[in-house]
Amino acid sequence: MSSFNQALTSTLGKKLIMALTGLFLCAFLIVHLIGNLQLFKDDAGKAFNDYAYFMTHFTPIKAVSYLLYASIIIHALYALILTVYNRKARPIGYASFAGDKNSTWSSRNMGILGTVLLVFIATHMANFWWKFHNDEVPYIEYRTDLNTLETQVTELNASEFTDYQNFTQDGQEVTRARDLYKQVAYAFQNPILVAFYVLAMAAMSFHLIHGFNSAFQSLGFNHRKYIPIVRFLALWVFGIIIPIAFAAMPLYFFFCK
Amino acid sequence: MSEERTMNLTLKVWRQKNENEKGKFVTIQANGISSDMSFLEMLDVVNEDLTRKGEDPIYFDHDCREGICGMCSLHINGRPHGPKQGTTTCQLHMRSFHDGQTIVIEPWRAAAFPVIKDLAVDRTAFERIQQAGGYVSVNTGGVPDGNAIPIPKPSADEAFESATCIGCGACVAACKNASAMLFVSAKISQYALLPQGQAERYQRAQAMVEQMDREGFGACTVTKACEAECPVGIKLTNIARMNREYFNAKFFKEKTAHS
Ligand code: SF4
Ligand code: FES
Repeated sequence: MSSFNQALTSTLGKKLIMALTGLFLCAFLIVHLIGNLQLFKDDAGKAFNDYAYFMTHFTPIKAVSYLLYASIIIHALYALILTVYNRKARPIGYASFAGDKNSTWSSRNMGILGTVLLVFIATHMANFWWKFHNDEVPYIEYRTDLNTLETQVTELNASEFTDYQNFTQDGQEVTRARDLYKQVAYAFQNPILVAFYVLAMAAMSFHLIHGFNSAFQSLGFNHRKYIPIVRFLALWVFGIIIPIAFAAMPLYFFFCK
Repeated sequence: MSEERTMNLTLKVWRQKNENEKGKFVTIQANGISSDMSFLEMLDVVNEDLTRKGEDPIYFDHDCREGICGMCSLHINGRPHGPKQGTTTCQLHMRSFHDGQTIVIEPWRAAAFPVIKDLAVDRTAFERIQQAGGYVSVNTGGVPDGNAIPIPKPSADEAFESATCIGCGACVAACKNASAMLFVSAKISQYALLPQGQAERYQRAQAMVEQMDREGFGACTVTKACEAECPVGIKLTNIARMNREYFNAKFFKEKTAHS
């Protein structure tokens, strides 16, 4: 076995793979959040729908998206492999185990938190990704008068829609797009889905506070000079700001739209 | 210090004849225990009682009884070495318990630490990991002058701290994954930080990690339970250093593990 393979199949190597895929997913979240902030724009979804088109048709981003799907699958798969491996390391458990005295709940239950997130990702992709890619979303046309900058919005039906278009005609900018925004607004009228999204974001917060910190440990980075920065980012960016901003989206559509 | 008290306790002790037989919990009454006794002395009293009754005494590991050898073990009420932090079981006193309390006593639980009898487990897996690379090879010849090799104070301090690991296995016992990484990383660190350890630095990291995996210890999920339960306070930064040493050796260095 080459030393590279050997390294990756060792317990340390498996953790390295968890760390690298995990950090990549963390980086993706930032981009995903910034893009999705367009949902809060009061423009009948134009900015968001333009963005959705761009994200699915710009080649470098498409390439990264395959890396993203792979990361999710590898991260979940290795989590499963490691869980089975670690169970085998203690075949007979303790009758009394006071884990709460020496460690946090989330650090001991990353598997449960991760499973919630995996179910969430599946639901999330079925609701939006799948519908968008399989033409199960409504269509929309925006006509903006370039002099007055007033926009007229019309819903299109499937027969009127060919593909995403953006052109200028008679002093008007015309955009025809798949209306993912409306699909989002529609989906988030369902209180059960909204509650599930908020719950999943809470799970994500705990998963990422532990995960982001631990990834650096697994990569071998733990030094008092820079680890406070990692701790700070884990708590504030990945534990608080990102989950709250994401949870605000379903709540915004449910209560304000 | 609090005044001496006498107490009666109910012990739920894991009894197991040998590695192959199934064990079970046995309830044993421990009466008239002084709060000034150590936990092991309490077990001595119980054992004298059992012997007098013609029963098999409880088998448990111990040696120095002053917190330096790492031989005593015991998982007490859900925690290795009992409820206090930074102590071994021999340094745990009965004043940490109260009259009428039930105490559950189990052996370290890990596939790599099979039960020898009752509460004693076989920790030779640690020795095999040490033998794989936890040493510095010294050729014979004149004794080098003690101060001839300059070592920066912070490195010396940190190497010393890592070297205080007594090999007790509480880290494995506390870890939900029965991972030995705190122990192995302490043993790798103590040499990685010193000039004497440099020649074998990268073989050592590879050999010890590979032996650790071969023994069947779990993988780290950074719960930090090991650090919290380690009687001598070995730090988690050692594990990060071990990861660094190992990946460095595997990905960037020519040297492979000792065969
Ligand atoms: S690291 Fe601490 S708990 Fe683990 S064997 Fe060494 S002294 Fe014991
Ligand atoms: S008996 Fe030596 S450390 Fe407890």
